[in-house]
Amino acid sequence: MEPLSWFEIITRVLIQFMPVWVSLISLFTLSFVYKRRLGLYGKLFDSTIGMIGFALVMFWVFTGIFGAFDLIITHDPLSQVSSMKNKPPGTAIMGVEDGQYPYYLFGGDNLARDVFSRMVKGAWVVVQIAPLATLFAFMVGITLGLPAGYYGGRLDTFLSFLANLILAFPVILLFYLLVTPEIVDTGIPNYMAMVLFIFPIIFVGVLLNSRYRTQPKVRTPLLIGVLGVMGWLYLSLISQPGTALTVLPDAVDLFNLQGGILVVFVSVVFVNSPTVFRIVRGLAMDIKTRDYVAAAQTRGERPWYIMLWEILPNARGPLIVDFCLRIGYTTILLGTLGFFGLGLPPESPDWGTTINDGRRLLQIYLHPAMVPAFALLSMVLGLNLLADGLREESLRD
Amino acid sequence: MAFFLLRRIATMLLTALCLTFIVFWLTNLAPNLEKLAKNQGNVRMTDEQVASFLQDRGYAQPLPLKYAQWLGVAPGWVIEGRDGTTRSRCNGALENGVLPEDARSFCGVLQGDWGYSTVFQDGVGSIIATRLGLTGKLMFWVMMVMVPGALIIGVLAGMREGSRTDRSLSTVSIITTATPEYVSGVVFIAVFASTAFGLRWFNGSATSAMENATFENFTLPVMTIALYGMGYIARMTRASMAEVMTAQYIRTARLKGVSFPNIVLKHALRNALIAPFTVIMLQFPWLLNGVVIVETLFNYKGFGWTLVQAAGNNDIELLLGVSVVSVFVVLITQLISDIGYVYLNPRISVS
Repeated sequence: MEPLSWFEIITRVLIQFMPVWVSLISLFTLSFVYKRRLGLYGKLFDSTIGMIGFALVMFWVFTGIFGAFDLIITHDPLSQVSSMKNKPPGTAIMGVEDGQYPYYLFGGDNLARDVFSRMVKGAWVVVQIAPLATLFAFMVGITLGLPAGYYGGRLDTFLSFLANLILAFPVILLFYLLVTPEIVDTGIPNYMAMVLFIFPIIFVGVLLNSRYRTQPKVRTPLLIGVLGVMGWLYLSLISQPGTALTVLPDAVDLFNLQGGILVVFVSVVFVNSPTVFRIVRGLAMDIKTRDYVAAAQTRGERPWYIMLWEILPNARGPLIVDFCLRIGYTTILLGTLGFFGLGLPPESPDWGTTINDGRRLLQIYLHPAMVPAFALLSMVLGLNLLADGLREESLRD
Repeated sequence: MAFFLLRRIATMLLTALCLTFIVFWLTNLAPNLEKLAKNQGNVRMTDEQVASFLQDRGYAQPLPLKYAQWLGVAPGWVIEGRDGTTRSRCNGALENGVLPEDARSFCGVLQGDWGYSTVFQDGVGSIIATRLGLTGKLMFWVMMVMVPGALIIGVLAGMREGSRTDRSLSTVSIITTATPEYVSGVVFIAVFASTAFGLRWFNGSATSAMENATFENFTLPVMTIALYGMGYIARMTRASMAEVMTAQYIRTARLKGVSFPNIVLKHALRNALIAPFTVIMLQFPWLLNGVVIVETLFNYKGFGWTLVQAAGNNDIELLLGVSVVSVFVVLITQLISDIGYVYLNPRISVS
């Protein structure tokens, strides 16, 4: 068969992304219709930049999710078709079997795998890790930053010293020290996971407790339920068979993260949380001088209630903006890890690893490295634009 | 001011001590040492042989003691090995089992004794000095491109907020901040240095630039690092410029009839550059990251490349040396940025 022309490639790619277009259009229509009732999210649709950013981000989110269900991809991201090694985009497969997609839309890489499908699958790795890791980093940063900013004094000095300590580390050196197989064998990342992942539980526990402290009838069952579920998730997350931490027996262990994802996750959370800590601490120091905090203090509210229900909601604007930016930064960090071949398995389709694979033959074959590079670029750009739009809209009121 | 400086320097030294101790601990963990023993000795060593190899070379001592020796505050070890040779930290293998009269007993980082690299087969001190020189050359050109470029973009965008120039320059700076070095580097190589695209303006490898940097072989690495930091500094400059332009004294100057270029250059610029100064200094840690990526990508054998080699090959002493240097670079730039901030902005008091 003849190779496809550029026009045909683009058309076929657009058709392949059909589920994503459908979801994007329905999401945007719904959001436009109910724009006025959706608060800050609705206001995002007043700014062009914010909308472009949101569209880019959601495009990759939907791609990741549908890709995980094998909807968009044309081939298995690991299967090799020997005749397709380093073939340019749009090459037809010789001797197509039944049910097999007859083209490599974005060409083949140096191991004759389909670049297009790997890009789609790579989106899933990012969508899986980046938002969740950022969320965890925020939990850690908030839980430590609020008391540091609110109480000040020795606690603040100590925690700030720790944060500066981590920040003074060059990120790549830290990754090399944490993610090498020897260190993983000692179980240090698992112990770090144990410490870092307990913060969401503390956060939610204190959040609910400080709110419902005066109504023991609501509080006690609520806390038992929520903390029970979270505790179970926590134990399943940190307990990995075959590593230093095997807390739960297999029967009750809900899930096991495969192939180094936990290690990558931990190091990304670890690198991000000190910056979040500094931001939250600064905001808390600023907001604690406001009148409504003084009013709450006079009312006799407990410190944690003031921190979590008075200060935190009023710090949400800058925090939401930073959250978007930080997901972008986390995506870049994940790419960096992949680029240095750290953590994720070498055949992993994530964008950093594919860029690293592709760059070796970059002088001759462009497509294996360029496709994931542009995917990563557009996703991070989308997040930055989204953050910009949110900042503009939240400053408006 | 003197007290502030002293306090900052004390905190800095404490931070440096803690960080080097952490690196020391992580590189001296049991699996790392075992790998080291098998690399240097024999791959098929039994556990017992590994243990005795490590003991003979002082690795089996308690961690704080080893750290103190490495630092140079405790006397180096002298151990009579099970294989009959007596080894010492400072003087290597001893012939007749006793230290020579004039031998130094302290040899650590403080004495300028940085150890020996197993990968490069050379002293760590001299490796770091050469590599740092090469990276210094790279960084110098990055700064020469990045700082003026970012300031010009930021000032142009911020002097008329909301104008078309502002919109387009801000978009450019957002795009550059969204492009990590490994993406822009790959794109640059693909566009400007590949046979596939046809434009062969520059070299895709900077190895030759180590000896003789020319426009062809040095442009791409410099541009790749500069671009990522440029957007961020430009956005900070823009924000600070836009804020200054709304200040009362600018309005007064305008009403007085001062021309617009004069307002920008003589009145606004000085105050608008305070914030970017700190940002530029705080960019250094990030530049260090960029340097590691770009040096790997363009095969420029500088400091970042050495870091990757040391970490990838478990070269403990080289890795420690590299960490010490990079940690100090970060901490000193933080100190300079603090002092500079106070110096440039009289409204901030030190106490």
